[in-house]
Amino acid sequence: MTEIFGIPIQALMGQLTIGLVNGCFYAMLSLGLAVIFGMLNVVNFAHGALYMVGAFFSWMLLNYAGVNYWFALILAPIGVAIVGVIIEKTMLRWLYQLDHLYGLLLTFGLALIIEGIFRHNYGSSGQPYELPDVFRGAFDLGFMFLPKYRAWVVVMSIVVCLATWYLIEKTKLGAYLRAGTENPKLVQAFGINVPLMVTLTYAFGVGLAGLAGVMAAPVYLVNPTMGSGIIIVVFAVVVIGGMGSILGSIVTGLALGLIEGLTKVVYPEASSTVVFIIMAIVLLIRPAGLFGREK
Amino acid sequence: MSGALLSVSNLQAWYGESHILHGVDFEIKRGELITLLGRNGAGRTTTLKAMLGLTGKRSGSIKIDGVEAVNLPTHKIARLGLGYCPEERGIFSSLSCEENLLLPPAVGEGGMSVDEIYAMFPNLKERRSSQGTRLSGGEQQMLAMARILRTGAKILLLDEITEGLAPVIVQTLGRVIRELKAKGLTIIMVEQNFRFAAPLADRHYVMEHGKIAAVVEKQDLAAKADMLHEYLGV
Ligand SMILES: Nc1ncnc2c1ncn2[C@@H]1O[C@H](COP(=O)(O)OP(=O)(O)O)[C@@H](O)[C@H]1O
Ligand SMILES: [Mg+2]
Repeated sequence: MTEIFGIPIQALMGQLTIGLVNGCFYAMLSLGLAVIFGMLNVVNFAHGALYMVGAFFSWMLLNYAGVNYWFALILAPIGVAIVGVIIEKTMLRWLYQLDHLYGLLLTFGLALIIEGIFRHNYGSSGQPYELPDVFRGAFDLGFMFLPKYRAWVVVMSIVVCLATWYLIEKTKLGAYLRAGTENPKLVQAFGINVPLMVTLTYAFGVGLAGLAGVMAAPVYLVNPTMGSGIIIVVFAVVVIGGMGSILGSIVTGLALGLIEGLTKVVYPEASSTVVFIIMAIVLLIRPAGLFGREK
Repeated sequence: MSGALLSVSNLQAWYGESHILHGVDFEIKRGELITLLGRNGAGRTTTLKAMLGLTGKRSGSIKIDGVEAVNLPTHKIARLGLGYCPEERGIFSSLSCEENLLLPPAVGEGGMSVDEIYAMFPNLKERRSSQGTRLSGGEQQMLAMARILRTGAKILLLDEITEGLAPVIVQTLGRVIRELKAKGLTIIMVEQNFRFAAPLADRHYVMEHGKIAAVVEKQDLAAKADMLHEYLGV
């Protein structure tokens, strides 16, 4: 068997693809967090819970209504976005005048409540989401077998991330968003309905989390705690990448997933802490994050 | 009252707990240009902001073309046909020059086309793809003016547009203001530079302590020069 540094290449590649898949979820989640933070100045602690809700929505659609994966891919994120609209309009909206801390506390509380509701109704053992037939099997790349669904997750999430980047950096709608991030009052003084824009931005950001949840459903067990597990890592990703940059959060998310995967092969004991070690180092050297702007 | 495109009466405004405007009254007819004069801190900027709903609490009346605006949200007030050029210029640093120019949506009919604007401000055309904050102070000011001309706003609120600019650029702006006035736009200017404002304006309102302290018509300027000196310290 071929080996690199004494590690079988199959095992290495296997861990790297798992890492890459995780990285895709980190990227989609940190992207949504960055968009929300930019416009609302709110650190959305409920992001992981809403990712979990996305996964549960797709599981419910399949098991209660017989709606398949492809429709869930559209319907579940819309469902999560609607939850987002309700959260923003009824709760978050009242906190913008106050310190950041209040938004963080509110969304943290919401995360606990949402997770509690699902734990109460579904227990914490987790439900499997059956993989659609087209994704059964793997591609033989010669040096490794690449499971089809993992390939799909990677391609799909990179497309979604790049489309989001394009939307924000290259379109008129994105120009409103960027301008609103800088100076919302002036944008509103030009006649743009900024409160609506804020609501839609939050809905879009959590919708991305919902989409990540649907895509994650066949990979992990659909579990009420799947959000709180991933969100801590995602916050570390955001700290490492810096809040300022869209592209930064995508790149950092993917890179850290890969680094985690690699660590699992090289030194498995450190695989769950490596991200936090990198976070500590980055904080020492560049407190604003790799892509963040110093204030 | 008749014929006033905009009339502000007993406008009061607060920033948090501090009561800044104590009943401002003025009005302006279609096609007129008025100034708000006064020393620093008199409340001129706050008057413009209060009209747009950018201060905290406010009361009184702001009638724009017959519509009461004092209780409307900012974006709806803007849609009544206001174009705002803020004191700090407000060029967005994450947008290019041209994105800044194209950002404000139309709020009325008959806005200038991008070509007309570039003909009026050739510098902006050269710098169209530069990042907003890479522009010089003069270019930023022109951009801040230019971007509200595209929107079809019929009332322009211009806050200290000549501040800190070289004399040549001030001259250019003077020419632009004349052109806009000839087109029939209605303009409210806050100005420190009285020599710039005097020949352009139909009427001057002098503010002090958040109120209008004096009104001087164009034809009375010479007669009331001493009084203006007193108020403005110029
Ligand atoms: N954001 C603010 N918060 C509190 N007070 C303010 C704020 N902006 C201006 N003021 C106060 O309001 C008064 C009027 O200011 P301003 O309207 O900017 O005056 P002007 O434009 O005539 O120089 C000043 O006393 C100023 O200190
Ligand atoms: Mg001022």
